[in-house]
Amino acid sequence: MHIMWFTERAYSIHLPEEEVLRNRSFFGLPNKLFDPAKGAALLNQYLDEKIYSEELGFDGVMLNEHHGTPFCLGAVMDVEAAILAKTTKRLKIVLLGNPTPTVANPLRLAEELAMIDLISGGRLVPGWVRGAGSEQLANNSNPAYNREYFDEAHDLIMKAWTQPGPFRWEGKHFHFRFVNPWVLPLQKPHPPIWIPGLVSPETVVWSAKHRYPYVALATFLQPTVELWNMYTEAAAREGYQAGPENFGYMQPIFVAENQARAEEMGKRFLFGGGFSNFARPEWMFPPGYNSKEATRRLAHQFANPNQPGKSIMAAETEADSGASFDFEAARRAIYADYPQWQKNYQMIAGTPKNVIPKLRKVLEVLRPGVFSFWLDGPIPAADRLSCLRLLGQEVVPALREFGKELELVDPFERKPGSRPLASGVKPVAVAQPEALASL
Amino acid sequence: MALWNEETVRVGGVDVTAIKGGSGEPVLVLHDELGYPGWMTWNQRLAEQRTLFVPLQPGFGRTPRVEWLRNYRDLAGLYVRMLHELRLEPIDVIGFSAGAFVAAEMAASDPHIFKRMVLVGPMGIKPEEGEILDFLSLTVRSHLRATVADPENTPEFGAIYGGEMTPAQFEAFEDARTETARLGWEPFMHNPSLPHLLNGVRLPTLIVWGDRDGVVPRGCVDGYRAAIEGARVAEIKGAGHRPEIEDSAAFARVVKDFLKP
Amino acid sequence: MLIGYFTERPYRWVPENEVFRNRAFYGVSNRFFDPEKGAEDYNYFLDENCYAEELGFDAVALNEHHGTPFCMGSVMNVEAAILARITKKVRIVLVGNPLPVIKHPLRMAEELAEIDLISRGRLVAGWVRGAGSEQFFNHANPAFNRELFNEAHDFIIQAWTRPGPWRYEGKHFSYLQVNPWALPYQKPYPPMWIPGVLSPETVKWCAEHRYPYLGLGTALGPTCDLWDYYADEARKLGYQAGPENFGYLIPVFLAETEDRAQELGKGFIYGGGQSAFSRPEHTLPPGYNSKDAIRRLAKQPGGSWLGVSADKLRQGSEVRKDNDDYDGIRQKLLASYHNAQKNLTIIVGTPKSALPKIKTLLEILRPGVFVVFNVQGPVSNQDRMTSMRLFAQELMPALREYGKELGLPDSLGKTPGSVKLNSGVSRTPVVDRSALSSLHLV
Repeated sequence: MHIMWFTERAYSIHLPEEEVLRNRSFFGLPNKLFDPAKGAALLNQYLDEKIYSEELGFDGVMLNEHHGTPFCLGAVMDVEAAILAKTTKRLKIVLLGNPTPTVANPLRLAEELAMIDLISGGRLVPGWVRGAGSEQLANNSNPAYNREYFDEAHDLIMKAWTQPGPFRWEGKHFHFRFVNPWVLPLQKPHPPIWIPGLVSPETVVWSAKHRYPYVALATFLQPTVELWNMYTEAAAREGYQAGPENFGYMQPIFVAENQARAEEMGKRFLFGGGFSNFARPEWMFPPGYNSKEATRRLAHQFANPNQPGKSIMAAETEADSGASFDFEAARRAIYADYPQWQKNYQMIAGTPKNVIPKLRKVLEVLRPGVFSFWLDGPIPAADRLSCLRLLGQEVVPALREFGKELELVDPFERKPGSRPLASGVKPVAVAQPEALASL
Repeated sequence: MALWNEETVRVGGVDVTAIKGGSGEPVLVLHDELGYPGWMTWNQRLAEQRTLFVPLQPGFGRTPRVEWLRNYRDLAGLYVRMLHELRLEPIDVIGFSAGAFVAAEMAASDPHIFKRMVLVGPMGIKPEEGEILDFLSLTVRSHLRATVADPENTPEFGAIYGGEMTPAQFEAFEDARTETARLGWEPFMHNPSLPHLLNGVRLPTLIVWGDRDGVVPRGCVDGYRAAIEGARVAEIKGAGHRPEIEDSAAFARVVKDFLKP
Repeated sequence: MLIGYFTERPYRWVPENEVFRNRAFYGVSNRFFDPEKGAEDYNYFLDENCYAEELGFDAVALNEHHGTPFCMGSVMNVEAAILARITKKVRIVLVGNPLPVIKHPLRMAEELAEIDLISRGRLVAGWVRGAGSEQFFNHANPAFNRELFNEAHDFIIQAWTRPGPWRYEGKHFSYLQVNPWALPYQKPYPPMWIPGVLSPETVKWCAEHRYPYLGLGTALGPTCDLWDYYADEARKLGYQAGPENFGYLIPVFLAETEDRAQELGKGFIYGGGQSAFSRPEHTLPPGYNSKDAIRRLAKQPGGSWLGVSADKLRQGSEVRKDNDDYDGIRQKLLASYHNAQKNLTIIVGTPKSALPKIKTLLEILRPGVFVVFNVQGPVSNQDRMTSMRLFAQELMPALREYGKELGLPDSLGKTPGSVKLNSGVSRTPVVDRSALSSLHLV
């Protein structure tokens, strides 16, 4: 099992919660709230933590990027990835992922990542995302072509990495007469690619087709099981048996020396509404960003997988109701959900002793080859460090044991897609819904 | 008796669905970026004297998406071809908002295709002052509400959009928004070369604009007036971006007056 | 005076004949790239920059080029990011980010802000139009190069200084929601230096923006002409230019003995050196140069450091047979190597022989920033570091003294454009032409 950890590198510790709730969104908060001295300290603190986690025995660190938001200071995560390439020795540097449709020059991205892979000595795991809806607005990338950009940039980058140059690329959206990047990745034929997601079926099927491991980002267990079945079915159509090496799961986990402190940290994860206030609906779903099918699902179903019971329609109605803003009420509503988070296994907070058995259950249900802790919320640096230390010293070793026992092979141990499956043979499910029922 | 019917015309391999209603000399109607909202009072008023021909824009649901359309000039080219093939030229045209942008692009490419041109709250030219509302970063709901000056007191607005949005409506709006983004995301709902090409066009033109328009600023109107020699402006007091439903009597009056035989 | 260190981070493992065969570095197929060697060298060059800090250089300068073994810094911000974290006090100078080829100036603004933050304010941003070949590589329309440059520059400054969110609709870029959350550490924004290879348009633009202009190993005569041009423009704008407005970067290679220095210094002409950077058709893509520049080019017989001479243009249009007799080329290159040394556009030698030459340069050009450019070609890490060490230990103290003596303030100590000049008052000289004329350059 590959064990890593993730943080958004948020600015939240210096952010008044009221600003977020009043704006109904992290995205779009005016950048006058940014203090460069504090930003500099935080960015360096987050790098320190990652470097420290190598000592603690984690296998990898995961980075992401978001633009125009205090939710994540890593606007261009390759900056941090570059630094980690030189300042760590063993950690895998997992990028989940580079938002290819918003980057504008995919060939430049291919060069950038190749440099990072080289400098790290072949420790880079790049991943691709379409970018959240708000990223399209922040980067002025036409959302109606989002999927096309994504596909074309992906194909161009992979070709640039694997086919000797110079060659000419005249696509629909990208044109390069002279593709011949002098810098190429160290890992051959190219670095391993993982794809993160928030349960979009299109992405799951696309990942299965490309034999890329799919990393579900803190999604609900039930829909995650369903999507992994979907992946497994798609894999079977491609002629291979999926296994734990095809799946990763990320989950918010908070540990402290005592239960109360851990719970306090867990609650802070909900700061400002957390991910459900990442961006307002009009920014999450810009025109054409979703496929027709996704739009239909959205019209009928709950919009945000992390915000059950709240449809996009309702969110819209609230948005222009013009009712006066009640900060305390908004806050109460958010934190009232906290017990539910724990109950649904959307988050696990506690002492290592309390957390470990719960994690075991999650692993039994999902059987992922990759597991990522997620640490966020306005938590003081010292608490973050002690959380990381407890994770590294007490939780990670237990997970490794479970991983062995449950045979959760990771994508480095077994190449995803390397187990052929004859056509017509029913694939073996990877997730275990029976274990879920017991929860 | 049906006031209008639907027909399909085939242009360059594309089956364009169109609404046709009324009687008399035909007039081309180009709907806005939210799609054809249905047969309204103003349609009926105009249909007394004219046959309205309303192609439904490709990608908006009824007419399939045309992949090679990448900007409004491409769409204008398709419509010009359609008029040629249907032998409808020269014809009067009324374009609304982004539909007015398309009409202007058609006029710029082939001025002889039109007899007279009515541009209602026209997009297409970047205003010197003010900005075209960035409606692509709004929810459909907020966008819709911004199109009229007083949503609560505009009966036809309520008739079209009142009540809960159905999943089918939601999908239709998303289709419209998607196609609009495909064509107009950047430069945002304008074409920098359009005013220069319009400059040489001699075409009787009426620009209709509500003085409380929250989507298209007066600067767009001024841009068209500067580009098209002799263009007249009819300002409709108290109306927003949809004078045709906010004050359909006044709207029909100025349009009929301009388009009278 | 601020003393900086620079290297192109050459990929040193391409057979020279491949470069000759391709008639340029740009465009040599990347099948010659060995990732193992690349990985070693990237790390080495980063370490080398750290070594420069250790030796007492004030700044390390980075650049980038695409699709060429001439320079491994394809996306120099990757290296800048790392140096921001692993160095402690040196200035990280980017000369510069090729704005027109990036296609996304807001992303660039974010990237540089992060680097400035992580370094806690040690970034010196710089901008370039990008060589002609970069336009091909990145498929950036060369006919709009200057427009893309200007618009991207103006936009980035705004993105760094104007509180968001705001809307931007330019000719080449549109952003309807500008609100980058990570903003630079330095206020109002990091200092900016503009490198150049003698384009008067760029010099004038620098004078207008009060940005220091960094001459990249340009010939002394033309450099003096352009610095005068800068100072004249500055005078029109009401300020007296001085050393704080100028920087100079020059190839310098030192060794313990003259013979060894001369032998290894040939790395500067490896594969044809700078003049083989790219073929004329790649160096001068359509529309890349202004009308004026084209007219100048049509008239000029001689070439400049990165410019293309009329001779070379003709050469490019000739159909050349592929043969393996490159000795003739090597002979010509060797002659140019000696000429360049005579003309002080390359300095090779022992610390003792180099010192008076560099002093002469400082006398003539009076730059506030002096950057040494380490050797190209297949020179060993050890020899490269020896050259750095010799420069730092044996020349740097003397040069610092001499800088003081000549009165050469740098742009970080003295704000460029801060010396007011009333209209009608004549300006003081910025270069010393008497020292130049006594050199009798060829």
